[in-house]
Amino acid sequence: MNAKMVRVRALVVKEFRQIVRDPSSIAIAVVLPVMLILLFGYGLSFDIREAPIAVVDEDGSPDSRAVVAAFQLSPYFAVRLTPSAPRAEALLAANDVGGLIRIRPDFARHLRAGDAEIQVLVTGTDANNARLMEAYASGAIAEWSARSAAEGQPTVVGPAIAETRMWFNDANDSHYFLVPGLIVLVMTLIGSMLTALVMAREWERGTMEALFVTPLRPDELLLGKTIPYFVLGLLGLVLCLAAATLLFHVPFRGSVWMLAGVSMLYLLVALSVGLLISSAVKNQFLASQIVMITTFLPAFMLSGLVFDFRSMPAAVRAVTYVLPARYYVALLQTIFLAGDVWSVILPATAVLGLMAAVLLLATRRVTRKVLE
Amino acid sequence: MMRDVVLRILALIRKELKAVLNDPRARITLFVPPILQCFLFGYAASYDLTDVPYAVVDQDRSQASRELLAQLDGSGIFHRVGDGTVAGDAARALLDRRALVIVQIQQDFERQLQEGGTARVSVIGDGRNSNTAGIATGYVNTVIETFNAQWRQVHGDPGAGPPIRVVSRVWYNPNLETRWDLVPPLIANLSLLQTLLLTAMSVAREREQGTFDQLLVTPLTPTEIMIGKAVPSMIVGTLQATSILLVAIFWFRIPFAGSYATLYVGLLAFLLAAVGIGLLISSIVATMQQGMLFAFVCILPFTLLSGFATPLSTMPKVLQTATLLNPMRYGVDIAKQVYLQGADLHAVLPDLLPLGAMAVVTLSAAAWRFRHRL
Repeated sequence: MNAKMVRVRALVVKEFRQIVRDPSSIAIAVVLPVMLILLFGYGLSFDIREAPIAVVDEDGSPDSRAVVAAFQLSPYFAVRLTPSAPRAEALLAANDVGGLIRIRPDFARHLRAGDAEIQVLVTGTDANNARLMEAYASGAIAEWSARSAAEGQPTVVGPAIAETRMWFNDANDSHYFLVPGLIVLVMTLIGSMLTALVMAREWERGTMEALFVTPLRPDELLLGKTIPYFVLGLLGLVLCLAAATLLFHVPFRGSVWMLAGVSMLYLLVALSVGLLISSAVKNQFLASQIVMITTFLPAFMLSGLVFDFRSMPAAVRAVTYVLPARYYVALLQTIFLAGDVWSVILPATAVLGLMAAVLLLATRRVTRKVLE
Repeated sequence: MMRDVVLRILALIRKELKAVLNDPRARITLFVPPILQCFLFGYAASYDLTDVPYAVVDQDRSQASRELLAQLDGSGIFHRVGDGTVAGDAARALLDRRALVIVQIQQDFERQLQEGGTARVSVIGDGRNSNTAGIATGYVNTVIETFNAQWRQVHGDPGAGPPIRVVSRVWYNPNLETRWDLVPPLIANLSLLQTLLLTAMSVAREREQGTFDQLLVTPLTPTEIMIGKAVPSMIVGTLQATSILLVAIFWFRIPFAGSYATLYVGLLAFLLAAVGIGLLISSIVATMQQGMLFAFVCILPFTLLSGFATPLSTMPKVLQTATLLNPMRYGVDIAKQVYLQGADLHAVLPDLLPLGAMAVVTLSAAAWRFRHRL
């Protein structure tokens, strides 16, 4: 038992030295997570603020000016008053503005006759953005009509109105779900990418066989290889957690222990995926490509982090069920924003635990086979 | 003399292409991942919701409330997962992620409608993904608007003033299909990814295997070696871009509005800049692994800050300025503008010029470094 501990410790120490001395491991373990945090936190946002929009007021009446003012007051738009519709359309075609609001002449007269019309034109080259602009434009118009209703002017409200609220995210801030999602990407990167590369490198350089002739047993080898990257992964987790709460002020409503627990579980899954891939291909370039395709991209695209998997075609949706990232995203978003909700946590951790067990056993099998 | 130079470079190009394409494993990694990603983005990446599970709290249980709910159910998008009069059940469904939205109809819904007051419907979304939830609540709003229009038609319009119609239109993408704006940029996106990786590793591979020294003792000058390394990567990049273009046009049937000549001119400038960056990386690194990592470190911000995933206008000013140095930004812009908006060469000139400048700077820096290292 004691000899075993010594052997594992020796390997762990060697791995740590290798990590510290190799700038490329540091790049994946520290530089990439920090870059992802900053890029995601500051660069990625699904919220519109001060979107440039052209407003053409062809009427010039007090009513139409009130509508224009509603757009100017809206935090979502940066209004560019444009004298004529062709000029505005030119701005739109040149992508200088993302949308165009046109108030026709006779707006005030039509308003009193009950058939007034406001044209909203947006460019669809970014469909999500366009949809948001459309919705916010309707919102600005609705706000104006609510205000004029309060002043006894003609209104457009009713009969039934929807009062929308966003639970767990009252501020409707997309950072609240993007930054926790970032943890998934960082864990995937460290867990799968780094281990796959490092193991593949040992195979490429032939140092793996050198390890095999040592008294090290297969499970000790696995243990010695996983511990350092497990520790690195936890470091990444702490980094992300600090950034999320201190830098981006994402509310944290669950418990830290729960978060740490499920993250370790996911890290185990990611690590064993990386180990499996590297022992299967034994080539750094190929391993990195496979890791990208099978873990990193799906964690970004298919995990429910950005796109809703309920709306994917049935075949793609079926694939999401075997993705560990899917369960981890659900866990993180829930623990961060809703708290320790057992009805979400129990099934998801059960699936992750099962995956970890199966993958670790598979990795152990593969490692043993080579030794024979 | 000139003929010799061309012949030498052609020989090197042939050797490079062979090195890249003769290995079946390398062939697969060059062409399968981009096309796979293209399908992944085309099918999975959509902000359009086709299935919204919702929970109902109908405290009114009236004719009117049933009508509204029937319209939601009949929309083909919403399906009911919880039905009750107790708010707690619905909250449970949302918390468990079984429902994406809760529609709560207040007790006096029908009475308010008949008396011309304001009948309130609470729509609560799951903010754990506020983007998706926002789209879903938007859909609920649309259904309520339809309900309003019908109610007005049947019951007249007591009390309320004249309606304003908001007439919206969307240019270039009339149905607001996410696929339309995600797939065309991939032409630039994925070809940059591979071109950069390929060139970043090409010289490093020779160096690791010791064949770079052999190249140096041939009559090839460093500049010729560089051209010989750049051209094959550009050929591979163009082939990849073409395969993605074909998938976009023939598989996803996204209408191509522009001219192919413009697109390929743009692509040429774009790939030239990509190759320049790749060669620059290649001239700095010592091993393939470092080359790969450097390329990866570049690709990540290139992609995230290209306006591909989220619009540039929502970024902070500092980052917006930083994107001016991002070749992907211009490539994505060219792909979108030419593909969807049918832009001509003149319209994409603001994109071509920075790309050209980048190509000149990176290529000459790489050439300088190659010569310097000798």
